[in-house]
Amino acid sequence: MADATVTLPRSTPRRRGGVASLNTGTAFGVGVATLWLSLLILVPLGAVVWRAQRDGLGSFWDAVTTPQAVAAIRLTVASALFVAVVNAVLGTLIAWVLVRDEFRGKRVVDAIIDLPFALPTIVAGLVLLTLYGVHSPVGLELAYTRAGVVVALLFVTLPFVVRTVQPVLREFDGEMEQAAASLGASSFTIFRRIVLPNLLPAISAGTTLAFARAISEFGATVLIAGNLPVASVHIFTQIETDNTVGAAAVATVLLVIALIVLIGLELLQRWAARHA
Amino acid sequence: MPRYALRSVALAYLVLLVGVPVGLIFWRTFEHGIKPVIDSLTDPAVLHAFRITAIIAFWAVLLNTVFGVGVAVLLVRHRFPGRRLLSVLIDLPIAVSPVVVGLALILVYGRHAPIGGWLNDHGVKVIFAYPGMVLATMFVSLPLVVREVAPVLEEIGIEQEQAAWTLGANRLQTFRRITLPAIRWALAYGVVLTLARSLGEYGAVAVVSGRLIGKTQTATLVVEERFQNFDQGTAYSVSVTLALVAIVVLILINVLRPKEHS
Repeated sequence: MADATVTLPRSTPRRRGGVASLNTGTAFGVGVATLWLSLLILVPLGAVVWRAQRDGLGSFWDAVTTPQAVAAIRLTVASALFVAVVNAVLGTLIAWVLVRDEFRGKRVVDAIIDLPFALPTIVAGLVLLTLYGVHSPVGLELAYTRAGVVVALLFVTLPFVVRTVQPVLREFDGEMEQAAASLGASSFTIFRRIVLPNLLPAISAGTTLAFARAISEFGATVLIAGNLPVASVHIFTQIETDNTVGAAAVATVLLVIALIVLIGLELLQRWAARHA
Repeated sequence: MPRYALRSVALAYLVLLVGVPVGLIFWRTFEHGIKPVIDSLTDPAVLHAFRITAIIAFWAVLLNTVFGVGVAVLLVRHRFPGRRLLSVLIDLPIAVSPVVVGLALILVYGRHAPIGGWLNDHGVKVIFAYPGMVLATMFVSLPLVVREVAPVLEEIGIEQEQAAWTLGANRLQTFRRITLPAIRWALAYGVVLTLARSLGEYGAVAVVSGRLIGKTQTATLVVEERFQNFDQGTAYSVSVTLALVAIVVLILINVLRPKEHS
């Protein structure tokens, strides 16, 4: 799943002189794929946005400015931003340790990074509640607090930055660092001037994905959030109480945020590719 | 030594965030021995839930595998207008909240929606039934096969396929004898990821299934329902079972990954 960020190569060698580029086979394939994606993704997501504004923009605005909706969006975006920053720093650090350091049991640690992806989110929520919930064995009762939501989000977003930075760091050879060291640069200067700039595209890609995941997470936060307003839990409650317009309105806000973030990432990647 | 400092910070973070919580849930589950665990796992409602999970995951994995390979071939081997748009669409589910996925499907396939109403009149129930749950699971796991297979297709190039064509093989033969063997590890990796995601999906299925106990309740829904109803033993037992599946998936991923790159 860490490879989710792999974008399509921009240019593939075209088949020249052979099959025409839009023959019947291709047209049929494109048709089926389009129909399939429309029925599964496009039409349903369009229906969400449509439902959000069905009763006019005024009622959309009313639905997203109810105190609960505002609190939910604010808490979700704030926690997601915090989680993204922690991931950017600690994710890079973990990737560094996993690539550059050698110690016993490194392979196991490396495998554990993927556990949050493989573990069902509701199980992740229950797992964290067992440790940080009421009667916490370590005396840290984080259930029903913002800190609890943040811990749950940190858990599910752990692999994003680690898995995007790791391969870049592995490819990155030590020559530039050695050159800098031979010229008398301290290890901090080497990191700041040599390593960090090279890792920045990967770090930002991983951080962006972690943020997108954090604002949309439901399973891991639903148990630990309790009555705290988290955006996806808020949407769930609205669906359960048959307030589909309210649910669709907040869902639309989440979709727009995710879209902006993903487009931003794409633009950033293109910019980085041009300036590399 | 800064090296040891960095290592300690990284390991401490991983232990506190992942190691201790996951270890603790195993300990809590088996604290009173294995018998209560077996008892709660053989509860008819729990067994039923595992069966539903298996059925839903089977269809979602099957359909996403066929579709995923098809779309990967389409994206890599063919040129057509809107190709980049299709590629973006495939990635979209990563950024959509599972709850929003559920809501989106209800708004189109619910009984009071145009398409859902028409299907309902013709005897096909989608929402609060298996088809909706399969759709929801497919939605959330859509990109996984495509994103594993596409880069490998790109890498292997088309020379062997062209050679097969010139020797008179038809499309199907070329695919079966040339393309499929070349992408098999990437495909296996994508299928394993899709399976893990399908078995573990909670939010989208919670919305579209109606959470009808003994009918549309899946394993992950059992975890939540039993936990809320103070039957923690069952919630833990089912969680640990799902966690063990996740660990098997991790091991498979680690076995498959090196082969994918060789």
